[in-house]
Amino acid sequence: MGKSVSTTEFNEMLKTLAGEYRIFAPKRFVHHGKCTGTDLIRYGEVHSLDEIEYKAKSNFSLKEILHPINQTIFYFTETEFSEPATENKGIVIFARPCDINGVFRLDNIFLHNGDEEDYYYKKPRDKVRFVMMECTVGFENCFCVSMDTNKSDDYHMAVRFGGEEYLLDIRDQFFIDVLEGVGEDIEFTPDFIKRNRVEVRLPEIDRMPPAMYDHEMWDEYSTRCIACGRCTTTCITCSCFTTTDIANEDNPKQGERRRTWASCHIEGFTDMAGGHGFRKKNGEKMRFKTLHKIYDYNRRFGKGPMCVGCGRCDDACPVYISFSNCINKVTSYV
Amino acid sequence: MTLDINIGKVIKNAYRITSTRGLTALRVRIPGGHLETKYLDILKKIADDFGNGTLHMTTRQGFEIPGIDLKRIPEINQRIGPVIQGIEIDTAGIDISEPEAGYPAAGTRNIASCIGGRVCPFANCDTTDLAFKIEKKVYPNNFHVKIAVTGCPNDCIKGHLHDFGIIGLCEPVYDYSRCIGCGACSNNCRAVATGALILKNGKIRRDERRCIGCGECVLQCPTAAWTRNPMKFYKMVIMGRTGKKNPRIARPFLIWVNESVVMDVLTNTYQYIDKYINKSLPKEHVGYIVDRTGYPTFRDFVLDGVKLNPEAKLSQHINWGGYENASYLFIK
Repeated sequence: MGKSVSTTEFNEMLKTLAGEYRIFAPKRFVHHGKCTGTDLIRYGEVHSLDEIEYKAKSNFSLKEILHPINQTIFYFTETEFSEPATENKGIVIFARPCDINGVFRLDNIFLHNGDEEDYYYKKPRDKVRFVMMECTVGFENCFCVSMDTNKSDDYHMAVRFGGEEYLLDIRDQFFIDVLEGVGEDIEFTPDFIKRNRVEVRLPEIDRMPPAMYDHEMWDEYSTRCIACGRCTTTCITCSCFTTTDIANEDNPKQGERRRTWASCHIEGFTDMAGGHGFRKKNGEKMRFKTLHKIYDYNRRFGKGPMCVGCGRCDDACPVYISFSNCINKVTSYV
Repeated sequence: MTLDINIGKVIKNAYRITSTRGLTALRVRIPGGHLETKYLDILKKIADDFGNGTLHMTTRQGFEIPGIDLKRIPEINQRIGPVIQGIEIDTAGIDISEPEAGYPAAGTRNIASCIGGRVCPFANCDTTDLAFKIEKKVYPNNFHVKIAVTGCPNDCIKGHLHDFGIIGLCEPVYDYSRCIGCGACSNNCRAVATGALILKNGKIRRDERRCIGCGECVLQCPTAAWTRNPMKFYKMVIMGRTGKKNPRIARPFLIWVNESVVMDVLTNTYQYIDKYINKSLPKEHVGYIVDRTGYPTFRDFVLDGVKLNPEAKLSQHINWGGYENASYLFIK
């Protein structure tokens, strides 16, 4: 059902939700950006509309809500271990279609990848309700249309920002109840972006030709990529982590097991005993990431590419490597 | 008619006595070394109509218009009026009653600055903006003081060769929960800065005594675990100089001070000079006055009544260093 609500009514709804839900949305952290005078936009908890940055693309994706950058798995002593306390509140996330599609990619990795579901991912994931932020114009470096992620039906409510009133498409009984008697009933379904400035062609193949793994195109990335890892930390579908036992400095018999984001582009990712490492050249790291995003994932799950085309990797790359262009290069070579 | 001019007045008007008799050169102030191109048209016209058709880019980021007939100063002052109006009065906000009478003083030199945060990713502040704010505080003034603003401890403007080098700092703020322990910041800090960051147990420890506030860690961090404190901090290095007597690099005076401390110290310095300057000399550079009074007198005078922000740190002693051009230094 469609509704049109005022700012006050929207804020009232957020206030009502706040009792049982933590509400996450892109937030602007003024003058917290990399360079002086610039802002950082990332997900954070919000309590009112004016905290939601709906006009700009966030530098980081929403994955940190469901797959925290650092997470304590358990605390241990010599004889016992215990789980950290978890938040019981539900989770409402304001997200663009590409990112909602990204979460379903993460679901495959954490929940449908082998026999075991990832307990730590599942816990918050089961509590999520998406409020889809209508996205019809896109941003620099977006290529969601090429990845078929410009649309989503998997939302509980959709919202159109930017007018005097907020237009809502409510699909979930929960939100219908919350908004009972509020605003004006209207016809509204959200629009989706139909064309990005960047277009990407995926290779149409069943098997990646073996020659692609040694292709000289990767050598160029060895000279350009600095393996800083920004493309992977900003990516919504990069889900790799490392697990470490951290012992208490004063009493090493107790401590915690922690999992922390890691990635093929972060130092030490494939380091093994004896100093071996699988992908030492940065071009090899680039190849691994690229083929995982556009080929390996699909081989495993049969659900298209892993990449959702949010373009955050290209936004973040300090040496101006374009991932979308890299995909196009692969496609042209196979 | 033979020239009969008061060179004291000419010099204070920002014209200089040159190597060619009868010719002068006008010094044009460009605070921060950044100017709108419309002013170049005016400078070009003056150089073409009154000078020798050339402009000199000075070491202090101003322009000097050479080859001007000393007799034509009043006409040129009329022409430079709009530059003084636009830069000094309208932009810097300085009260100059007669811009058509030319520059009202030349002692305190143009405020130089690196390109700063408007362009350079490493900068920790908008140096042009700060240069203009300083210009408003210190100009016009006849005391000989050189001030430079630089965006980070790289000090590209060479603030360390000035009476006052104002260095933009970033206080890095660490979010423990966002750090993935990748070592990008600590490796880089060791390679390009001071090794103030130590990676231990997958997290970073920052040694505040070593951190110089360059902000490199913020630039390197892939997860925004390091962000900038939006409050701006500065380091003030003082009494650096070139020159014939005793060239030396400036020494740290204050670090982690805010903008108002910088401004107050600069303002108080002029009162300090007024009190201690050797009035029997035609001019005396502030660094030599500090040599005479000693650092503690300078320190106590310029900090009198200044409210230091809580983060501020002050040098208790300064070991000036530098060298003397004494004949015994040389074998042949």
